[in-house]
Amino acid sequence: MTSQSRLAWLMNDVAGRRLMALILAVIIILPVLNLWVPKDSFFHVSSYTIGLLGKYLCYALLALAVDLIWGYCGILSLGHGAFFALGGYAMGMYMMRQIGDRGVYGNPLLPDFMVFLNWQELPWYWYGFDNFFFAMVMVALAPGILAFVFGWLAFRSRVTGVYLSIITQAMTYALMLAFFRNDMGFGGNNGLTDFKDLLGFSLQKDTTKVALFVCSGVALILGYLLCRYVVSSKLGRVLVSIRDAESRTRFIGYRVEHYKLFVFVLSAMLAGVAGALYVPQVGIINPGEFSPINSIEIIIWVAVGGRGFLYGAIIGAVLVNYGKTFFTGAFPEIWLFMLGGLFVVSTLFLPQGVVGIVQQWKDKRAEKKALQAGASGEVAS
Amino acid sequence: MKLMTKHIPQHILYLNGVSKTFDGFKAINDLSFTVKPGELRAIIGPNGAGKTTMMDIITGKLKPDVGDVFFRDMVDLTKHDEADIANMGIGRKFQKPTVIESLTVFENLELALTGNRGVFKALFHKLDAEQYRRIDEVIKRVGLAEKRDWLGGNLSHGQKQWLEIGMLLNQEPDLLLVDEPAAGMTDHETELTAKLLKEIAGERSVVVVEHDMEFIKALACPVTVLHEGHVLAEGTLEQVQANEQVIEVYLGR
Amino acid sequence: MIKQYWGVLLVLFSCLLSGLYASPAWAEDAEAGASLESLLSELTSSSFNKKAKAVEAIAALDDERVLPVLEAMLAGDLFYRKSDDKIVFTASAESGYQITDALTAEDLGAVGKREVKKISTNNRLRKQLRTQIAGYKLLSKKAEIRLAAADDLIKTPSPEFLEVLQGAIKKEKDNSVLKALKVARAVILLQSDNEVDRIQAVKDMDGFANKHTMAMLTALVQQNEDGSYVESSELVREEATSVLKGLKAMETWYKFVEDLFFGFSLGSVLLLAAVGLAITFGVMGVINMAHGEMIMLGAYTTYVIQLIMPNQIGASLIVAVPAAFLVSGLMGVIIERTVIRHLYGRPLETLLATFGISLILQQLVRSVFSPLNRSVITPDWMSGSWELNGFLSLTYNRLYIIIFALMVLFGLMLLLKKSFFGLQMRAVTQNRSMASSMGIRTGWVDAMTFGLGSGIAGIAGVALSQLTNVGPNLGQSYIIDSFLVVVFGGVGNLWGTFVAAMGLGIANKFVEPMAGAVLAKILILVFIILFIQRRPRGLFAIKGRFVEG
Repeated sequence: MTSQSRLAWLMNDVAGRRLMALILAVIIILPVLNLWVPKDSFFHVSSYTIGLLGKYLCYALLALAVDLIWGYCGILSLGHGAFFALGGYAMGMYMMRQIGDRGVYGNPLLPDFMVFLNWQELPWYWYGFDNFFFAMVMVALAPGILAFVFGWLAFRSRVTGVYLSIITQAMTYALMLAFFRNDMGFGGNNGLTDFKDLLGFSLQKDTTKVALFVCSGVALILGYLLCRYVVSSKLGRVLVSIRDAESRTRFIGYRVEHYKLFVFVLSAMLAGVAGALYVPQVGIINPGEFSPINSIEIIIWVAVGGRGFLYGAIIGAVLVNYGKTFFTGAFPEIWLFMLGGLFVVSTLFLPQGVVGIVQQWKDKRAEKKALQAGASGEVAS
Repeated sequence: MKLMTKHIPQHILYLNGVSKTFDGFKAINDLSFTVKPGELRAIIGPNGAGKTTMMDIITGKLKPDVGDVFFRDMVDLTKHDEADIANMGIGRKFQKPTVIESLTVFENLELALTGNRGVFKALFHKLDAEQYRRIDEVIKRVGLAEKRDWLGGNLSHGQKQWLEIGMLLNQEPDLLLVDEPAAGMTDHETELTAKLLKEIAGERSVVVVEHDMEFIKALACPVTVLHEGHVLAEGTLEQVQANEQVIEVYLGR
Repeated sequence: MIKQYWGVLLVLFSCLLSGLYASPAWAEDAEAGASLESLLSELTSSSFNKKAKAVEAIAALDDERVLPVLEAMLAGDLFYRKSDDKIVFTASAESGYQITDALTAEDLGAVGKREVKKISTNNRLRKQLRTQIAGYKLLSKKAEIRLAAADDLIKTPSPEFLEVLQGAIKKEKDNSVLKALKVARAVILLQSDNEVDRIQAVKDMDGFANKHTMAMLTALVQQNEDGSYVESSELVREEATSVLKGLKAMETWYKFVEDLFFGFSLGSVLLLAAVGLAITFGVMGVINMAHGEMIMLGAYTTYVIQLIMPNQIGASLIVAVPAAFLVSGLMGVIIERTVIRHLYGRPLETLLATFGISLILQQLVRSVFSPLNRSVITPDWMSGSWELNGFLSLTYNRLYIIIFALMVLFGLMLLLKKSFFGLQMRAVTQNRSMASSMGIRTGWVDAMTFGLGSGIAGIAGVALSQLTNVGPNLGQSYIIDSFLVVVFGGVGNLWGTFVAAMGLGIANKFVEPMAGAVLAKILILVFIILFIQRRPRGLFAIKGRFVEG
C-alpha cells in the first residue's frame, strides 16, 4: 500500500516497530538489573549475560546489513565478514593506541607487537587512530572504501549471482591471508588485543560494558530505521526490481550498477559499525574474523530469520547465535551438525525463514476469519 | 520533458548494414531498415531469423560487429548502454513478460514513470499529484484498474503483458519495441492488445515482433519479413504473403 | 589390471631404478662358476694376505656375482657357514641372520648368530676392496653402473683411483660416461701440483652439471683472508671463471625447468581438485560447496584402506583410487537425490544447502576419526626422486601427481565425448525437456553426473593424501581455489579448467620467490578477482546467444 504520510515507511511496519520497542526495553531494563540490583537478587542480570547479549546485538546489526543487500537486492555476499572485521580492526587500532606506555614493553607510541617485531616507527596507516573521531570515521570508511572499489569493479562488469558470491568469498579469503602476515602491521596471527580502555573508560568496568551494550542496541535500532527507510523508499523498490528482474530494470532506464553500489557500500558500512562495537565487547580482533566460514554463517542467520524481512534478520541472528552459545556449551559435538542441518533445512523447507512461517500462519488465519465473516476483501500484502 | 522534442527527425530508427556473429553463426547479416516517427511496424520471421538479436542491438544489450544504428537521426546507439538508451526514449517489452513480481501493479508503473533515475533522487523521491494522476491513467488504459494493488506475480499471463506495455507507456518513449505481445493471450485479449498498440502508434513509433498472423492482420500496418538476419521482404501483409521467397521460407520448398 | 592405472611410465621408472641391482640372471657359465667358487672358499682363510690375493683374483673374473660379493665384504655382510664353509650374504633377522648363498642366491633361511662367521677385513683390505670395486664398476658392461661409479668418485675423490680412472677413460666408448669419468679424474687432478694438469682438470669440468664440481670451482677463484688467491695460477683461475660462468647459466636453466615442473605439479593438484567441480558446477551448474569434503572423503578412504591392508602399502594407493571414487561418488549421489534435486534453478540456495552439508561431513569425520590429522603412508614407489643430472631432480610423488591428473582429465574428456552416458549427460544439460521426451531418465542422469563429479573429487583426495595432512579441514583449503580455477578457465570447458589450473600453478611458483608464499597466493587471488570482473565468463567463454536475464 502506498500511503502518502511522511512516516508511512515506519507506520506500515508493525512487526518491526514491535521488535524495536522490545530492543529498546531490553537496553533500558537490563542495565538497571545489572548495575543497581544486588548480585544475590533473583532479578540480577550478570555481566556475562550483558556481554553475550551485546555480542548478539552486534551480530544482529551485521545480519541486518546482509539482509539489506541479499534480501532486497539479491546480492549474496559471502564476504561480509571482511567488512565487519575491518570495522573491528579500525576500532582495535584506536584502542591499541589508547594503551600508550602501559603495554608490556612500555613504548608510548608503538603497540607491543610492533616493538616485538623490532619496528622503529609507526606505519603511516596507523596515524590518526589515536583520535577517537578519526577512528570512528574509519570504522565506516574503511569497509566503505573496500566495498566501493570492489563493488565498482564487480557491478560495472556485471558480475552477478554465484560468480559474485564466489569472488566476495575469495576477497575475504585473500584479506585473511594478508592479515595473518606479520609485516602487514596488524598484529599478524594474534591480531589486536589486551585493550585497556575506550575514551578513558576502563573496559573491565561493568558500567563500560553496560554502556557498550546500550550503544550496540541503539546502533541496531538506528541501523534498522535506516534500512527500513531505504527499502521503503523508491530506491528500495528499484532494489527489489533489480533482485527480481535485473535486465527489466535496466531497460526501464535505471543504472543498476549505481544502485547496487550504493546499497553494497551502505551495507558494508553498517557491517563495519557492527564490527567496531563487537571488538571492545569481546576484547580481541584477529584475522580469524576474515575466514570465509564466518561470512557464510551470517547468511544462515538471515536465512533462518527470514530473508527480505529486516526484522527477520535480527531475529535470525539472535536465534542462531543463542543456539550456538547453548549447544557449543552443552553438546559441542552436535553444534556443527545442527548448523549444517540448519543450512539444509532452511533452504529446503523455510525459504522465508521463521518470519515467513509466522506470516503464512497469520495469513491463513486471516483468510479463515475473512471467510467466516463472509467478507470478500482482498488480502493486501 | 524530452530534450529533443523540437527537432522532428526523419527516421526515429535507422539501421544500416548491421551484422552480428556468434561463434561463426550469423544471427544478424547485413540488416538495414528504418522506422519513421509515429509509424507502427510489424516484424515477422521464422525462429532464428534474428528478431531478438536485433532488439538486443537496438537496446544496447549487444554491440554489433559492424553497421550503423541511429536513433532520431543523430544518436549512435552502439555507443550507449541499456539504461542510457532507455532514458533516451526507447522502451522494450520482452518476449517473456517480465514485470517485477514482488511489487504491486502500481509500484511497477511508478518505477517505470519517466523522470530522474539517480540513486539519491530515488532515496528521497515522493510522488506528486500529477504523477499519481498519470499512473492511474495508464492503469486504466491497460485495463488493470481493479488490479492496482495486486502483486505483479499474481497477474495472469495476459495481464502481465499489459502491465509491461503500461510500464513502457509510463516511460514515455519515442519508440516502443514490443516482442510478441499476443503470445499466450486469448482471442479477446489479442484484439484489445492490437487496439491498444494502434492507439499508441501515431503519438509514438511502435515496432512489433510477432508470429500470430491474425494479430498482424488486426494491426493493419507495414510488415517487414526477417530471414537469417536479413530483410527478406517489406510491404503490406497481403504483399508479403504473396511474395515467393516468403512462402518458401515459411513453408519450405 | 590395477597397474594399468599408473601406466607405462611406472614400469619405465622402475626399470631405471632397478638398473643397478636388477634381479640377477645368473650366467650358467660352469667354468667361471667353479673358479669363483674356489676363490670364494679362500676367503675363509684367516690370513689377510691370502684374502687380499683372493679378492684380487675375484675382481679379475668376468662374472655378475663378483660385485655383490665384494660390496658385501666391504660392508661386513659377507659370512661363511661354519658347518660347510659356504659363503653367504647375511641380513639381520630377529635372533641371528637371514642368509643367502653368495653363489646361487638361494635363500638358506634363518640361522643363529653362532652358526656363521664373518669374513673379517682390515684397513688395507678395505682400501683394496674399495679400489677394486670402483675399478670393477668402471669396467662394468652396463653404462649405468659405470656412470654411477663415476658419480661416486666425483663425490669422494681420492688419488688412489687415478690409475683405475685413466684406464677406464681409455676404454670408454659412451660419451656421457666418458664425460663423467673425465670429471671424476679432474676432481682428483685439481689437487695436482702441475698447472697443466689443473687447467686440463678445469676444462674437463666444463658443461658438467654437478653441484659438487661447481662448489670446487667456486672455491678455486675465491680469495684468502690475506688477499691472495686460493689458486695460485692465474691461468687456472681464468679458465675456472669461464667454466663457472657456463655452469651457472646451466644451473639457472635447470632451476627454471625445476620451477616449471613444480608449477606443473601445483597446477596438477589444482586440476585434480577442480576437475570434479568442472563437472558439477561447469556442466550441471550446481554450486557444490561440499566439493572439498568429497576430496576429504577420498583422502580418508585412502587412510582406511591402508588400515585394512597394512602390509601392502604399495598397492593400497591403487586400491584406494576406485574405492575413493565409489565412496565420494555414492555420497554425491545421496546428496543430489536428497537435497540438490529440489534446488535446481536456485543456485544461491544450492550454495547454502551444500555448505551446510559440508559442515555436517566435516563434523562427521571429526566424530568418527577424531579432529586430529591422520597419517597416510607414502608407498616406496612414490618416495624419492628422479635425478636427471646434478642440477635437476624431480620428486616421484610430484611426477606421479602430474601424470595422474592428466590421466583423470583425459579419461573424463573421453567419457564425456565418447561414451553413451556422456552423450546422455550432454543431452540433459543442453535441453532437459527434449532429452526427457526422448526417453532419457533425466533424474538418473543428474544423479550419475553429480556422482561422477563427486567421485572424481574423491580420486583427487587419494592424490592429495600424499601431499598434505589428512584432516577434517582438508577440503576447505581447496574449495575456493577450485571454484576460482573453474570460473577462471570458463565454466563448462574442461580445457579451460586445465589451462587455468596449470597457469595458476606455474604463476604461483614463479611469483613465490619474488613475493613469498603467502603474498604470492594473495596476489594470485587478487589477479583472479580482477580477471573475473573483467571477463565474468572466464578465459574460454562459451560464446552464443545468452539466455535472457
